[in-house]
Amino acid sequence: MLELQNVTYTVTENNIEKNIIDHMDLVIPDGKFVVITGPNGGGKSTLAKTIMGINHISSGRLLFDGEDITAKNITERAKLGISFAFQQPVHFKGIKVIDLLRLATGKNISKDSACEYLSKVGLCAKEYINREVNNSLSGGELKRIEIATVLARGTKFSIFDEPEAGIDIWSFQNLIQVFENIRKTVQGTVLIISHQERILNIADEIVVIENGKVAKQGAKADILPELLGTASAVNAACSKLDPKGGF
Amino acid sequence: MLDNIQMHMLTEVADLHGVPEGAYNFRVNGEKAGRNTTANIDIATKTDGKSGIDIRIKDGTKNESVHIPVVLSESGIKETVYNDFYVGDNCDVVIVAGCGIHNCGNQDSQHDGVHRFYVGKNSKVRYVEKHYGEGDGKGKRILNPVTEVYQQADSYVDMEMVQIKGVDSTHRITKAELAEGATMIVHERLMTHGDQVATSVYEVKLQGKGSSTDVISRSVARDNSEQVFEAAIVGETACSGHAECDAIIMDKAHVVAIPKLDAKDVDAALIHEAAIGKIAGDQLIKLMSLGLTEAEAEAQIIGGFLR
Ligand SMILES: Nc1ncnc2c1ncn2[C@@H]1O[C@H](COP(=O)(O)OP(=O)(O)O)[C@@H](O)[C@H]1O
Ligand SMILES: [Mg+2]
Repeated sequence: MLELQNVTYTVTENNIEKNIIDHMDLVIPDGKFVVITGPNGGGKSTLAKTIMGINHISSGRLLFDGEDITAKNITERAKLGISFAFQQPVHFKGIKVIDLLRLATGKNISKDSACEYLSKVGLCAKEYINREVNNSLSGGELKRIEIATVLARGTKFSIFDEPEAGIDIWSFQNLIQVFENIRKTVQGTVLIISHQERILNIADEIVVIENGKVAKQGAKADILPELLGTASAVNAACSKLDPKGGF
Repeated sequence: MLDNIQMHMLTEVADLHGVPEGAYNFRVNGEKAGRNTTANIDIATKTDGKSGIDIRIKDGTKNESVHIPVVLSESGIKETVYNDFYVGDNCDVVIVAGCGIHNCGNQDSQHDGVHRFYVGKNSKVRYVEKHYGEGDGKGKRILNPVTEVYQQADSYVDMEMVQIKGVDSTHRITKAELAEGATMIVHERLMTHGDQVATSVYEVKLQGKGSSTDVISRSVARDNSEQVFEAAIVGETACSGHAECDAIIMDKAHVVAIPKLDAKDVDAALIHEAAIGKIAGDQLIKLMSLGLTEAEAEAQIIGGFLR
């Protein structure tokens, strides 16, 4: 279980202090598939970075499985079992896809097993395994490799920040399947930041974040219809594929 | 016979674990320590009074290699060696040079290698040169290579220059002249640490129509070390040239990149890119989020960068 207690993350811009995360209380229960959504700029990515330890909070506490991790750094949190797929994947020079997957698993895995992770995110593995993780890969390819690194870690708490962003309509179908599979097979907790109805639709719980605060949290059945206006809108929306549009 | 230290240096600079196949010439502490010639590749000691060898590769020689490593394992040796490569037409060969200095003494050891390449028409040469230094004496390990390349029409030269460890001072000068349709690719990888100083100067003259060059340097400067990278590309006709210097600067190091493009023809397309900066924070963060410590992440990033 992950718990945020009264967490605030403050930045100073032009001498003005701003709480990007504003006294937030949030509990993410174990083994759940939780989707975080909300308007752009609401603080979703900041929250994810705060959980991973990339941002240092100004006040409050973070508990992971009951342990206070507030003072722990990124590496320590990663070792405790938290993983994070960045919204904007990082480019490297000279580091190959296989290298990144090996670092992610912490083992010198074979090319075949590295390929399995790539296949899971819909990449034809052999073509990619020796490519450098740089801008010779398209945004969508980098994004899927990023997701694969988190799958390869297989930790008990995985965060994906807008996995659908930059992914084309054909791969999107495939990606939804990836997450449906994760939903079925992963024992741990999955936290996805997304605007996608089809991802919201496979959530156990939905959290809506606005202005650095939790605006709503609850079971999908309760929250999704509200987000979409009415319950009938859910069915109408689900029958058509519209990966580019959010709610 | 080579001793253990000398064998180790050969492995470092030429990936050799014994006597290589094909032609070779080993130079150890200023003396010839082994030589082999083949039907197509001849190696002869210079007779003009200078120290060094002439390597002659017959027209049409394909899939053959020449290894000419140099090892200095006695402190205090200073030498200037001239090696001339005459590569015939229509060849496809690999030349592996390299110099390893093991200096345990208090006197400086210095090897200045002057390599000249005359590359025939339509020939392809891959040249690999590694520098390596070790030994805990106070004596400095100094390497000042001069490389001159004269490429005839449609030839292709691919040079890989690597200096990752242990050389205190280097001043590298590489000059090339390219005829019609010739291509020269240079990949330099350099890491300096401690108080090391490394200067690398390239001057590529694109003289023939359709000639092209790509000079790429990747370097890491740590501690108090200093690096200067100077790349001059001269385009005398319709040609294309690209130079790139990409450096990671750490600690108290100092890196200078000096581009020079000289176009004498409207159809000379010349580009220079230079970037100097510290290790990208987001790269560190990504690798740490995979469970690496900051030091481990740094090592991976540098290792990849210099690969
Ligand atoms: N380090 C920072 N300095 C200034 N503003 C920041 C910083 N980090 C985030 N912000 C701002 O905080 C807001 C929330 O950003 P973000 O968490 O990326 O939103 P979301 O992911 O919900 O779209 C944005 O307005 C963003 O510009
Ligand atoms: Mg975001």
